[in-house]
Amino acid sequence: MKKKDYKVTAFLLFFFSLFNFFKTNIFTSTPNSPFPTCTLLYNHFCILLPIMDTTFTLAAADYGDEDELELGLGLSLTSGAYAPSSNGPISSQVVGWPPVKTYRMNSLVNQAKFSKNEGEKGAGEDITSKKKKNINHENKNDETVTKETGHSGFVKVNMDGLPIGRKVDLNAHDCYETLAQALEIMFLKASTNASFIRTEKQQRSRLLDGSSEFVLTYEDKEGDWMLVGDVPWRMFLGTVKRLRIMKTSDANGLAPRFQEKNQKPKNKRIELKK
Amino acid sequence: MACSFPEEVLEHVFSFLTSQKDRNAVSVVCKSWYEMERWCRKRIFVGNCYSVNPRIMIRRFPEVKSVELKGKPHFADFNLVPEGWGGFVYPWIVEIARGYPWLEEIRLKRMVVTDECLEMISKSFKNFKVLVLSSCEGFSTDGLAAIVANCRNLRVLDLRECEVEELSGHWLSHFPDSFTSLESLNMACLLSEVSFSALERLVARSPNLKTLRLNRTVPLEKLSTLLQRAPQLVDFGTGAYSAEIRPDVYSSLADAFSGCKNLKSLSGFWDVTPAYLPAICSVCSLLTSLNLSYATTQSPDLTKIVGQCYNLQRLVVLDYIEDTGLNTISISCKDLRELVVFPSDPFVADADVLLTEQGLVSVSQGCPKLQSVLYFCRQMSNSALISISKNRPNLTCFRLCIIEPRAPDYVTLEPLDVGFGSVVENCKQLTRLSMSGLLTDRVFEYIGTHAKNLDMLSIAFAGDSDLGLHHVLSGCDSLRKLEIRDCPFGDKALLANASKLERMRSLWMSSCFVSFGACKLLGQKMPGLNVEVIDERENISSIPECTPVEKVYIYRTVSGQRFDIPDYVRIMGKDKDGVYDLS
Repeated sequence: MKKKDYKVTAFLLFFFSLFNFFKTNIFTSTPNSPFPTCTLLYNHFCILLPIMDTTFTLAAADYGDEDELELGLGLSLTSGAYAPSSNGPISSQVVGWPPVKTYRMNSLVNQAKFSKNEGEKGAGEDITSKKKKNINHENKNDETVTKETGHSGFVKVNMDGLPIGRKVDLNAHDCYETLAQALEIMFLKASTNASFIRTEKQQRSRLLDGSSEFVLTYEDKEGDWMLVGDVPWRMFLGTVKRLRIMKTSDANGLAPRFQEKNQKPKNKRIELKK
Repeated sequence: MACSFPEEVLEHVFSFLTSQKDRNAVSVVCKSWYEMERWCRKRIFVGNCYSVNPRIMIRRFPEVKSVELKGKPHFADFNLVPEGWGGFVYPWIVEIARGYPWLEEIRLKRMVVTDECLEMISKSFKNFKVLVLSSCEGFSTDGLAAIVANCRNLRVLDLRECEVEELSGHWLSHFPDSFTSLESLNMACLLSEVSFSALERLVARSPNLKTLRLNRTVPLEKLSTLLQRAPQLVDFGTGAYSAEIRPDVYSSLADAFSGCKNLKSLSGFWDVTPAYLPAICSVCSLLTSLNLSYATTQSPDLTKIVGQCYNLQRLVVLDYIEDTGLNTISISCKDLRELVVFPSDPFVADADVLLTEQGLVSVSQGCPKLQSVLYFCRQMSNSALISISKNRPNLTCFRLCIIEPRAPDYVTLEPLDVGFGSVVENCKQLTRLSMSGLLTDRVFEYIGTHAKNLDMLSIAFAGDSDLGLHHVLSGCDSLRKLEIRDCPFGDKALLANASKLERMRSLWMSSCFVSFGACKLLGQKMPGLNVEVIDERENISSIPECTPVEKVYIYRTVSGQRFDIPDYVRIMGKDKDGVYDLS
């Protein structure tokens, strides 16, 4: 949702909460309910819990003007946020959507890599190399990407200080930015009730530009720990085994960064050598 | 009330009852029937491994030969359940090994199976015959080797979409030379290469082999060898279906296929070289099931093949089939019962493929037996949904995924309430529904009013208020499984329908507005439910009670709370160790 939509939505929701605040809903118990009756004021923002021994049943009563409800909540949902953006992946930033099994996603992408590398061998049109937009074609380094033999989609991510790791689907991303943003959502943001799609370009992820107290690193096939962002994306995909969000202060001795051809010059760098 | 039938007669009658539902009904008629039934029940299905304790099961049903268990919630398939949540089968295997030494079959879905479990299975059951693992994880090829080496009477080894640690392909070579009872082998999800000669010898000495699903590493050139060894196959899955185009390879493959007179099902087809697809033409008219969902080729290639499958009942395909392909199917495949269309590129907004709602509409028009649909597309309209529902009132399973969340009717820009409402109203036998697109509370009102046979409902990015959830919980009499993500549903509807939750198998809600306090209250008030809050944030104890939880999974259980939970799972409101003070 765009920023101004937030404001409109917030205003309308506030308006409704005031509107509904002055309506009381009487709840009655049904014969099947084990719980006695109580009366409750309906509040949009913070749901007031009933007192310990009581609960309530909802009457199939009027819940306010539905048109207004739609106006309030539908406004921001039908504009802006719906319009499919043509500037690349959007749904990839929502975990588990679209609901395609991870097994299938890994298989399809493994296929794409396999057929790209075995291009000379098979005859006939290979649709995957033509139709898959989110595979970077320009990078010559693709030729050196070795065939994936494992489940290359999901890799484990651990963050310093957190005992439980997560898994992230690398195939849902086509650049470091979206990956870093997804990880920021997973690990660094408190609230995960983000049920909207971000369609506008966000500022550069703090995990990548060194402004955060954490830095994103990965273990490659040789077992070395490297800073994420050093190599072209496709090469990274071919070599990454797992990720770690490390404290910046611990990130010394890692392979130094060099200027990437594809990325804009960074203003801040992490001091690697102390 | 004394029963006048002798026990032997009753036992004989009961032996004809195979469905779990029928057996459950019979067991509550009277005490003697309960006793009778429990002694002769041979198959057990446990839909949620945490709903019952294995010891309870063994005590009640002492003569079981087949156990089926399900573990993690369905949304675990989409990475919504963090690692380590549960579904560990080990405690079950320990008890079953003790209680059912003559067990023959184990079927597991979404469970964590370790090599130790597999070893225990291979050594504990002398007459073990069937192992089916669907979407399981936690084991390696070493565990498979143990099964294969020790289970002398193994008939079925079926690995469906499992995550296996691949240490080597040698596991297959552990089938003893004297082993000849194999009927079904599905290794499609394995990625490592097995010894082809070992595979060939295994196939050659398995006269009862009916199902063989290879993995990707078996090259196309070798398929004809295997098919010649097993012309009796009913279900065959190819490996990577690509090779240089060579007439000799093609003709031997085509000949091999034509020798399989009993073939009914084909799958595999990774990395398809389109020129090789017509090699299967001789068996097309025999096929009742065809899975081309890994065949990334264009519509004409796919259509040419599928259009010849006149007896097809089940088709799984990528959206490369396009509307034109589906149109052909609607004309040629009049026996179609199930259609699944997966997206080739789920993460881009604009599709390169011409697959729209029209494809589904034409199939619904042309295929009178169509009952089950899983369809991924990028646009939908109310009028299309209404057409589909009117064409096919016999639908039992309708799962529609419009890739963009909250996408409205692309023609009118209205919500899709009326369309889905029409589906539940016209399709009176609908048991499973998954919805997507822009949906308000109104669609839930329709569902609560009409979907009386609905057993499982999946909702995402839908609804406006608690009223939506209330309609579903109070109206859907047959509802057993409800899974919700990213909807503005909160405490009120949940608490108001607390008793309904005990009549359901489970409820999943993630990224909704259900608060910690409500979960605690529900857990305290409903001893028959486990209310699991799954929340990975730090300092949960200091979060105010009205804060929404990240995820909550509620299920009925007779075995109390479980003790194998990771840090981020809290069983709310339980007295013993389970009470968490959030004040």
